[in-house]
Parts: sequence; structure tokens; C-alpha cells
Amino acid sequence: MSLDPATVRRIARLARIGIDESDLQSLQGELNGILGWVEQLNEVDVEGGSPMVGTGHAALRTREDVVTDGNCREAVLSNAPDAVGPFYTVPKVVE
Amino acid sequence: MSYTIEGKTGTWEIVVGLEVHAQIISHSKLFSGASASYGGEPNTHVSLVDAGFPGMLPVLNRECVAQAVRTGLGLRARINLESRFDRKNYFYADLPTGYQISQFTHPIVGEGTVEIELADGTVRHIGITRLHIEQDAGKSMHDQDPARSFIDLNRAGVALMEIVSEPDIRNPEEAGAYLRKLRQILRYLGTCDGNMEEGSMRADVNVSVRKAGEPFRTRCEIKNVNSIRYVMHAIEVEAARQVEVWEDGGEVDQETRLFDPARNETRSLRSKEDAHDYRYFPDPDLLPLVVEQEWVDELERALPELPDDKRDRFIRQYGIPRYDASVLVAEQAIADYYEEVAKGRDARLAANWVTGDLFGALNRTGRTIQDSPISAQALGGMLDLMADKTINGKIAKEVFEDMLETGDSAADIVERKGLKQVTDTGAIDAAVADVLARNADKVEEYRGGKDRLFGFFVGQVMKAMAGKANPAIVNEALKKVL
Repeated sequence: MSLDPATVRRIARLARIGIDESDLQSLQGELNGILGWVEQLNEVDVEGGSPMVGTGHAALRTREDVVTDGNCREAVLSNAPDAVGPFYTVPKVVE
Repeated sequence: MSYTIEGKTGTWEIVVGLEVHAQIISHSKLFSGASASYGGEPNTHVSLVDAGFPGMLPVLNRECVAQAVRTGLGLRARINLESRFDRKNYFYADLPTGYQISQFTHPIVGEGTVEIELADGTVRHIGITRLHIEQDAGKSMHDQDPARSFIDLNRAGVALMEIVSEPDIRNPEEAGAYLRKLRQILRYLGTCDGNMEEGSMRADVNVSVRKAGEPFRTRCEIKNVNSIRYVMHAIEVEAARQVEVWEDGGEVDQETRLFDPARNETRSLRSKEDAHDYRYFPDPDLLPLVVEQEWVDELERALPELPDDKRDRFIRQYGIPRYDASVLVAEQAIADYYEEVAKGRDARLAANWVTGDLFGALNRTGRTIQDSPISAQALGGMLDLMADKTINGKIAKEVFEDMLETGDSAADIVERKGLKQVTDTGAIDAAVADVLARNADKVEEYRGGKDRLFGFFVGQVMKAMAGKANPAIVNEALKKVL
């Protein structure tokens, strides 16, 4: 699998990352390098094996349905660049 | 029932599938310990997990899984003992992590079915494709400031079930019936309150049109419709729009649209370029969700009686018509009320009073069955007085109105107003004789063959006795003399 420049542009837009046209070629090379490296996995014969999600055998941890968190607005808003009163704000988004 | 659109080029039929987002009833959120309750000061029901802070890990709420399994069982659907969580990636200001944790390839619930009943009595089965668990997003407010949108994350991370139907729905009425039935099942199960005004149940509507016998054409998705009536309107106007596009030689684009109830139209919502490019992948923070069949069985044993089963039992046990049974099981509280009234009494009569006079009274007074001014015991007490012939049906209406007004028991009202039915044949015979004497001309006509006048005599006797005479005895006495 290899990415063409249009696909690189598209991935960048989906990730909301602005890239210069001049960087396109080097990015394409880097991404294709990564894909090529991962593609080595295709050499492994997995015929007859069932899909696995990891090597551990742990079960998913779950919790009881009780309220143990929240009510920490100051901490929640601590990184907000432009909080107004109890709210985050962002540049207006209306469709 | 067939519903079609007559176009210039022929007859079109509508194909509809619904995706319903139902907020799961739980105390805390799906992956965090913050409160899941509605309302609350802005950004107080939020943990650092919900706000997408770095290094925070989601931990699954087991009760939310149980609620999804209960719902799956209620939809007579397959429960998948192994399911997985995926990330659905998109950017929006009320989605702090930049992805929604959802279930894409392996949902917890598979195929099921919902039985709907239409106004003309037709019964149809609408297929359920799947049900999966996912997180809700926060809330954006656009009207607080000219340049900024305000974000409240109280709802972010609350558990949702997305319930996807097959494209089995063929007209607006079926869509309405499906949503009402789904809401009824959710409420019976106690897994979602079904409150569309508060947004705890909302629907995405997939609509396409086609000529009879054709395969499916391109569909459009109308997002976030928040009332059953609007869903029905949206289907109507969107189908009409698509027919026009096709007939004008155009192509319907697969896109997301918005229904504007004020203008009764749908319009394109997002640039379709990036729509549906969510780049799903398995959430690396969460292992597969494995549930035991034993646990599922346990949940199933604890399920309440579902509306369809209850309706069938009412028909069998109480001998009431299917329509009445459907009305009585519409809400669990109504069904409970009815059963209390019917217990050990004439169940058909009980059904008539509950669906007739009681519903009428609730409507008039703007009350619900929960705060009914007449309790089930009180209504039952009145039926007892009818059963032992203390009062007749006509007087019962009067007693009922009095109960509604004063809250007194039927027995007290009968006592206070002296409404006890007269069964003394002597008094009735006297009234009969008096009425016939005063209407000698009519008696002649009756004897001359004008049978219809019998009702007139009954009425006159009842009137003379202030409605308190036992109608059977009055009939008997009149027949004897005439």
C-alpha cells in the first residue's frame, strides 16, 4: 500500500492539520515508510488463527454504577483558553 | 396499508430505516464516575475522563451493559456475548477527545424484531439490525455570544444505546407506530425514559424512494429529529423532495440533512466531502467486552412482562377486545391500575370505565394515571355498588362525577345523595301505573303497534323515580302492564 499526495492531503484535513504544499512530498515519503514497515506483518501466516486484540488474557475491567467523580469544574476548565463563567467557549460553530 | 407518492413518471414508494439514540438510565456515565443525571450546573457533571484530559482511562459501567442487554432481550434480539469498543473519529467542539467511543464492528446486540400495530389493525414486524452502546456528546450553545459558542460537557460521556432498524418501514404512520412501540418497550424495561423533549430519545431518519419492484435507491439521513410527529413530517417532505429530484432527471446525493419544522423542509447539513469518514478503529484503551450467558439468563428472568405479552394476557385473562387491551397496556401504570380495578370484578365493565370515563376525566383535568383523582380502589368500590345492584349504570355516571369532584368514596356519595337504587317492586309498580295514566294516548298508540314507545315509557318511569329505579325491574313491570 502506498499513499498518493491527494490522500496525504486528505488525511491531514481530516486530522485538522495544516500542511504546506512544500512538505507534502516529504510527508508522503515518511508515511509510506511507516506503512511499509507495518506491512511486514503480512508475512506472518495467520491462516486458521482467530483474531486477537492483544497478548494479555485479562478481562475488561468494569465498575459499579455509582457517582464517584465530577463536581470539579475548576480542574475541568483549567486548560480552557477562553472560559466564560462556567463554560468552555470556542469560535462560533453553526451549521 | 399502502402509501405511495404519485409522480409525473409513475408511482413511488418510500423506504425508511430509523436509528434511534436512547439515553440509558444509569446513575453515572458510561466510562466515568461523573453523574449522568439531567440538568445540573454547567460543567459540574464532568470528570477529567469526560473532558478528555491526557492520561485519563475509561472504565466501563457494568449497569449500562446490563441495560443494553435488557433492551436487546426486550427487542427479542440476539445478545452477542463478545462485543468490542471502537473509536469514531471526528472533530466537534462538544466532543473533547476528538473521538466517540462506540461499537462499530461488534455490537453487543444483533438482529431482533418489533411488532407494530397500525390504526386499521394491521400488524407488521419491523426488523432490528443491531443495538450498540456509545457515548453521548456535550452540548453547544450558539446564542450566548455573537462570536463564540459555549460548551457544557454535562452530557458528554453519558451512555446511549443506538438502535438501528432494517429499512422495513414504508410510510410515516409505520415510522410513528415503530417509535411509539420502541419507546413503550424501553419504558417498560426501565432502560430509557423515552423523553424526546429533553433529548433522551432522538431519531436519525434514513429515507429513500423507489418505483415498485426496484432495488433501493440512494438514501438521505435526516439527523436528530426530536419528536415523533416531526419524524413523520420529515419523511413526507423528504420523500417528496427526492421524487422531484429523480423526476427532474437529477440524482439524489447520499448526504446528511436537517429537518426544519418551521418551514416544513429538509436541507443539506454538512459538506458531503468528509461526511462519514470516521476512520473507526478498535479503542486501544478497552479490551473486548465478554459477558456470560448465565448473566444474560439472570437478566432475562428478572425482566418485567413486556407490552405485547401483557396485551395477550389481558385478552385471554379478562376477555376484553384486543383494542382495549392495547390501550390499557400503553403504559405500565395504566395496566397496573386496570388490573387493580378488574381484580375479582367484571373485567369488561372495568375496561369500559377505565378507557372511557376515567381517561375522559384525566384528559379534562390534565392529570395522568399516576395522580388520578380517583384511585383504582375507589373506582373498584363504585363497580362493587353496581355489581350488588345498589346503583344502576346511569346513577354510576353521576356518582363518578361526584367522586371526581369531591374525592369521596362511591358508598359515601350514594349515602349522602340518597342514590340507592329502588328495587321495591311496589314503588316501581306505582310509578308505572302513574306514568301510564298520564299518557293514555301513547298507551293506545303502543298497543296499536308502535313498539318504539316502550323506551319512552321506561324513560318516563326512570324520570319519575329520579333515575334510581332498577332498570330490569322497570322493564319487567312495564311489560306486565302493557
